[in-house]
Amino acid sequence: MKFQKKISTTKQDIPTSSLPDIIFMLLIFFMVSTVLREVDVQVQYTLPEAVMVEKIDNKRLLSYIWIGQDERIQIDDSIIPVGAISNIAYQKRMNNPNVIMSLRIDKGSRMGIVSDVQQELRRADALRINYSALVKL
Amino acid sequence: MFRKKKRPGAEISSSGLADIAFLMLLFFLVTTTIDVDTGIDLVLPPWVENAEQVAIKSENIANLLVNEVGDVLLDEKIIGVPQIKDEMVSRIKANPKLIISYKTVRDTPYKIYIDVMDQLKMAYDDLRSEYAREKFGIPLDKASEEQVQEIRRAIPQRISLAEPTQAEG
Repeated sequence: MKFQKKISTTKQDIPTSSLPDIIFMLLIFFMVSTVLREVDVQVQYTLPEAVMVEKIDNKRLLSYIWIGQDERIQIDDSIIPVGAISNIAYQKRMNNPNVIMSLRIDKGSRMGIVSDVQQELRRADALRINYSALVKL
Repeated sequence: MFRKKKRPGAEISSSGLADIAFLMLLFFLVTTTIDVDTGIDLVLPPWVENAEQVAIKSENIANLLVNEVGDVLLDEKIIGVPQIKDEMVSRIKANPKLIISYKTVRDTPYKIYIDVMDQLKMAYDDLRSEYAREKFGIPLDKASEEQVQEIRRAIPQRISLAEPTQAEG
């Protein structure tokens, strides 16, 4: 006796030819709506919380300064001394006159270092700053 | 008649395309940031060499001092951080020219500084909301760009940041 498999005549697989298009659409959405991560943060910090926080619409204007728990200061990819901030900030202001310096400072830091950084920024004429803070619920 | 000659294997398999696109998608998901930055905006005063002292009438200044453990002194009286907002709202209403002189010591924790700054911003926000309601009859967040400009001009934020001093003793 011969077994014969019954072959159906209808197509059984789902067409996947449009799958790449869907994925490409997702990809383009993400490329447009996000910003590339630029630096590795080398200091440890926890942001303070505040109620009156404002969202920053234009992320491309932002330039970050991190101050960690151990009061080390990081700009871009390197840890720098306080005295070097004004030069770097000045460079940034030359490249982008509307630069907003976003200060991401650990909530346990002392005001002394914060003020030193602010004085340096004033010297570099980078006057728009933003104390990065989380939204308090 | 016209019949196209059937040629086997003339198409490129596109099933791998989805995988490639997925890989690119994952790459972007990993390397980008989607979180929105939030924070308190502030404009620093410009740097002036040997700043000349400008005398301001003492009734137009509210002295806000924060020490190293986070006690707040408002014009020589101790005040709790959550009470600053209401106090400031009533004082600015009484005297619209009031300048808040905000001073800390070098050892004040940053968290307290932000808390107090938050209270000051809340006070100004309250005043501006009230102004928006009275003048335009709308809440502050519904105001148009020009209206916001006018509100800001009517109620400017007068916060003066003094340089922190070394704690005494």
